[in-house]
Amino acid sequence: MKWATCDLADYALRKADDTLVLGQRLSEWCGHGPVLEQDIALTNVALDLIGQARGYYQMAAAWRADGSTEDDLAYRRDAHLFGNHLLVELPNGHWGDTLARQFFFDAYNFFLLEQLSKSPVEEISALAQKAYKEVSYHAQFSAEWIIRLGDGTDESHAKIQQSVNRLWAYTGELFEDTDLDRKLDGAVPLPSTLRADWLQKMREVFALATLELPDPNAYMQKGGLHGRHTEHLGYILAEMQYLPRAYPDAKW
Amino acid sequence: MGEEISLEHRFQAYVDADNKVEPKDWMPEKYRKTMIRQISQHAHSEVVGMLPEANWITRAPSLRSKLILLAKVQDEGGHGLYLYSAAETLGISREELLDDLLAGRAKYSSIFNYPTLSWADMGAVGWLVDGAAIANQVMLCRTSYGPYARAMVRICKEESFHQRQGYEIMMHLAAGTPDQKAMAQDALNRWWWPSLMMFGPPDDQSPNTAQSMAWRIKRKTNDELRQEFVDKTVPQVEFLGLQVPDSDLKWNEARGHYDFGPIDWEEFFQVVGGNGPCNKERLAARQKAHDDGMWVREAALAHAKKRAAASAASNDLKTSAA
Repeated sequence: MKWATCDLADYALRKADDTLVLGQRLSEWCGHGPVLEQDIALTNVALDLIGQARGYYQMAAAWRADGSTEDDLAYRRDAHLFGNHLLVELPNGHWGDTLARQFFFDAYNFFLLEQLSKSPVEEISALAQKAYKEVSYHAQFSAEWIIRLGDGTDESHAKIQQSVNRLWAYTGELFEDTDLDRKLDGAVPLPSTLRADWLQKMREVFALATLELPDPNAYMQKGGLHGRHTEHLGYILAEMQYLPRAYPDAKW
Repeated sequence: MGEEISLEHRFQAYVDADNKVEPKDWMPEKYRKTMIRQISQHAHSEVVGMLPEANWITRAPSLRSKLILLAKVQDEGGHGLYLYSAAETLGISREELLDDLLAGRAKYSSIFNYPTLSWADMGAVGWLVDGAAIANQVMLCRTSYGPYARAMVRICKEESFHQRQGYEIMMHLAAGTPDQKAMAQDALNRWWWPSLMMFGPPDDQSPNTAQSMAWRIKRKTNDELRQEFVDKTVPQVEFLGLQVPDSDLKWNEARGHYDFGPIDWEEFFQVVGGNGPCNKERLAARQKAHDDGMWVREAALAHAKKRAAASAASNDLKTSAA
């Protein structure tokens, strides 16, 4: 293989962290959704994402070949070692905030997985092909909610527009090219190459939702890929990692 | 009046012959009310019952256990959906039923007013609470109201899966470090008695039992079901190497059953009456989800109406063009 396994492992870890942290956030909704059907639907998305995270962590563990397991990687690393995008760690807020965050991520993940499905690295393409089917549904679900809320009542229109505006500064990072992406050239797409399709999808859905697209060239927040996170991630991990940290010798 | 009596006789003969009552069949008004009460209580129990377990989803100690718990709590939501649908066949809407829950007019299983304090509670709830629920629900698969019986068949399959998952957590803990074993014993101590209370008051204090048995809604009394549960569960406790928190518990050779100590019915009635450790939190959580979701439901409705109007207008255009 022409790519270093340590680079592949780092890449898998970033994807694992993205899907785990977002899945963890979505799972906070379980039992508290606005209506039972949507509670169940959002939990489905959480289940898929955490399932994908397991696949990526297992892949990363295999490439690291240092004896670490999926759970070591998820539960025994501190925040500065997490390589997820800032977007996914932001608090759930209200239903509109959650669905705007979801739509931004799903559309990105959809175009990413489309490319990863064609990766010459078999482990990546196999996982991506399965995840692509799941994420196609996620992207449809979140897009429908953007449209429903945007083209619903005056209140919902105002709320979802605010959510979109507030979260917009966290979308630029999704398309940031890093050294790692460049080292893996040919195995994975450069994130910047996904941006045009993503923006086009935003325009289409926002038009149907009668929402305004924020300025694509606005100033963007960054840092997650390099381990510099928002204040929120520390709390997410404190909660998520508490048992394995408090009982280091226990097996669950 | 005479006709009503003869209809009731025919109804009784019909259920006596083990026939299923279907939504459009004639049924005594009291039967309808009893079924609405029972099915909606059951539906509310599923939905409120999501809360104590959802409490640990974000703290599940492994990715696998997180997925299992998340899927489990989601299943409870699904059970709530089937059951609300079954109740709706009796001529009442889900909105009315939810209003009754939030206003405190409807009950849900009292067990969910106890807190989940450690990861071991995810084991104990699955094993004991779902176990007690299954004992009741297996019987309800043969209940006289058709839609309820059919919903129950499906629910029972999933619940028995949940119970095995709960017991699996207990096995891991009981065979784990001393801290883990202590966690398992503590959970058993706290959930044992409330689980026995889940079958309801003793037969001589259960006002609805006789009529429910006659209408074949129930097939076994509270005390019969409770005894079956104890007999089945004690060996499982022994297998784990844990102690049942009941010094009076012993095998009675003559009866062929375990004898067990007195249940604190005062606690039961207090919890049912609203004074359990989490009654207020559970209802407040449901109320908050309901209130916070209001604008979302209104938006979905408004958008659906706009869509319908737009599609009707485009059909008009097509018709006039033709």
